[in-house]
Amino acid sequence: MELLSGADMLIRSLQDEGIEYIYGYPGGAALHIYDALFRQDNVKHILVRHEQAAVHMADGYARATGKPGTVLVTSGPGATNTITGIATAFMDSIPMVVLCGQVASTLIGEDAFQETDMIGVSRPVVKHNLSVRHPEEIPEVIRKAYYIASTGRPGPVVVDIPKDMTTPNERYEYVFPKKIKLRSYNPAIRGHAGQIKKAVDMLLAAKRPIIYAGGGVILGKASGQLTELVRMLGYPITNTLMGIGCYPASDKQHLGWLGMHGTYESNMAMHHSDLILCVGARFDDRVTNATEKFCPGARIVHIDIDPASISKTIDADVPIVGPVDAVLKEMITLVRESKEKPDADAIASWWKQIEEWRAFHGMRYETSADTIKPQEVIETLCRLTKGEAFVTSDVGQHQMFAAQYYKFDKPNRWINSGGLGTMGFGFPAAMGVKLTHPDDEVLCITGEGSIQMNIQELSTCKQYNLPVKIINLNNQALGMVKQWQDMNYESRHSQSYMESLPDFIKLAEAYGHVGVRIDRKEDLETKLKEVLAMKDELVFVDIYVDRFEHVYPMQVARGSMKDMWLSKTERV
Amino acid sequence: MRRIISVLLENEPGALSRVVGLFSQRNYNIETLTVAPTEDETLSRLTVTTTGSDKVIEQITKQLNKLIEVVKLVDLTEGSHIERELMLVKLKATGSQRAEIKRTVDIFRGQIVDVTSSVYTVQLAGDSEKLDGFIQAVGTSGVLEVVRTGVSGIARGEKVLSL
Ligand SMILES: Cc1ncc(C[n+]2csc(CCOP(=O)(O)OP(=O)(O)O)c2C)c(N)n1
Ligand SMILES: [Mg+2]
Repeated sequence: MELLSGADMLIRSLQDEGIEYIYGYPGGAALHIYDALFRQDNVKHILVRHEQAAVHMADGYARATGKPGTVLVTSGPGATNTITGIATAFMDSIPMVVLCGQVASTLIGEDAFQETDMIGVSRPVVKHNLSVRHPEEIPEVIRKAYYIASTGRPGPVVVDIPKDMTTPNERYEYVFPKKIKLRSYNPAIRGHAGQIKKAVDMLLAAKRPIIYAGGGVILGKASGQLTELVRMLGYPITNTLMGIGCYPASDKQHLGWLGMHGTYESNMAMHHSDLILCVGARFDDRVTNATEKFCPGARIVHIDIDPASISKTIDADVPIVGPVDAVLKEMITLVRESKEKPDADAIASWWKQIEEWRAFHGMRYETSADTIKPQEVIETLCRLTKGEAFVTSDVGQHQMFAAQYYKFDKPNRWINSGGLGTMGFGFPAAMGVKLTHPDDEVLCITGEGSIQMNIQELSTCKQYNLPVKIINLNNQALGMVKQWQDMNYESRHSQSYMESLPDFIKLAEAYGHVGVRIDRKEDLETKLKEVLAMKDELVFVDIYVDRFEHVYPMQVARGSMKDMWLSKTERV
Repeated sequence: MRRIISVLLENEPGALSRVVGLFSQRNYNIETLTVAPTEDETLSRLTVTTTGSDKVIEQITKQLNKLIEVVKLVDLTEGSHIERELMLVKLKATGSQRAEIKRTVDIFRGQIVDVTSSVYTVQLAGDSEKLDGFIQAVGTSGVLEVVRTGVSGIARGEKVLSL
């Protein structure tokens, strides 16, 4: 029998759970735990400079590896500082466990120093939360937390740990449960066979089919199955912003991503389709535009692990609840064995139509002789890194340009806050990726607004040697806000200018890193090459881009999928 | 349409707040809510009455099912069921009102459970319409205080909601 204190049990449980890294920040209520951390070296702790960054780091790690991230913070302000990060992970269904210190159970409810009801505060933005009521429960609570976070539709789980649960000299028997079973939580393990059959019949009979894939394909590790099915059928595929990389962007069946800033051909093909196979996406408002005008001629097959995502905004004709990989596998078998084949003539004329759409817009943008266009920066980076970098982004125009012009052929490489749209996400997320992918190129594509929301992490990068490349598309404005003001508020730029920008080069240098400024178009490629050649340095690349650029295509508000602005003057 | 959703919930601290939080967070309507432990002390039974379109009700049941502590649920209004609510009412009862109230209580099959020289306290059980009907019959002017438990319900026949 092994006797351990609660704090030691916690760290031991993390080891037994196979956790490599935790990201965190200490404080009073977590000190017993930090002491237990100190006395071992299996679980490594990364000390951030703000708790929000710890959560985004864990999130970046989870998105790149598919494994749950782990955060450790103290009670009160430590815990509340994690909320934006947790909400970000929640909206994008990212598996994560956030361990929060809490005041001693005997003090709870007395407004004790640094007491916050973290269970209550986090409740609307977690998949679940748990509190420890006895030290002996710790191994089971930890196991449960990771199990819930990483199964079914993944999501963040908060564990609240009162300080007296981790007292050093009170020891209890340590038993790490082998298996967790919860009578009230049983995610589907396969889809309904009859529904799958029906879906395949509809797919094979369709004349204008389209596959619409989402982040669920990446979370469900089903890119292989999806690619196989789509190639077998020869049908067009589009994906959401969250689904980027689930199908190779360089493949000719891929139409790019869809929705508010999606490609012309994706949105047109969706609107005119007669069958939509939705795989692990959720008909979010940034995709559908006005739901009552959504794809009038389409029947809808919807595969999702979460029944609540089905028929939430758009009604599904054939709902299939199940893990995407298992369902797609069954579909592949059925398609292969079916006597019916896709209608070759109908599909050929559908493709002819789509190719016309593709040729019509083709993601063109106006170049200029002297100013650097943000799109150009991304295209150059994509070329120089052969499309193989891990790219994280913040939120704004730069995010849309990155998603539009960097071509991802693999999943887990495009990492952004799609659901919550959290400025400040990109840099710490890149750090989380770099930590576990030291040999891969990790780019954080950001704006001068967003980067300042977590810029203090330059210090963390120095401490742990995380040579990410920060690509600051500096348009000296909160560009996306300004774009909306241009389009909807007669260019009244209320609070969307960034005045008094810091000298980012000196700032990077002050933290011990390298800063590079690019403001001439002719320098762009050579300087970026130099930057990428500095393998062991964090380089802050401050690129002065066209201040007046807008992101296009852009769906017309309250229109259908096919109503878009294609440039400042063309509306279709 | 009005629905009665009956939920088996893990009897754990915080479980109820998740249910209530879900309703406010997603802008669903709660008309009544009752909750108490069952014969199995690890489980609570919660009954919520709500209104909404079929689409909203579908989302409510799906979102409730997603809560880790929800073990099982049923929309009782989908089949035949029994619903009951208990009401305690204090009524002004003086002079000729006393006999009148007594008669009305009898008609509604209620009971007078406490009496003073000027007040009757009446207990009444039934579906919500019946309780509304009683208040209407005695007239709101004489009503001093009303306490209602909210609806609880159970399916008719052999059907049971259990583990
Ligand atoms: C935390 C947070 N606050 C506010 C917003 C609203 N918002 C969306 S984009 C944007 C501007 C971002 O500016 P910048 O990072 O410079 O990117 P740009 O659009 O200029 O490329 C703002 C303020 C947000 N998404 N997140
Ligand atoms: Mg900007």
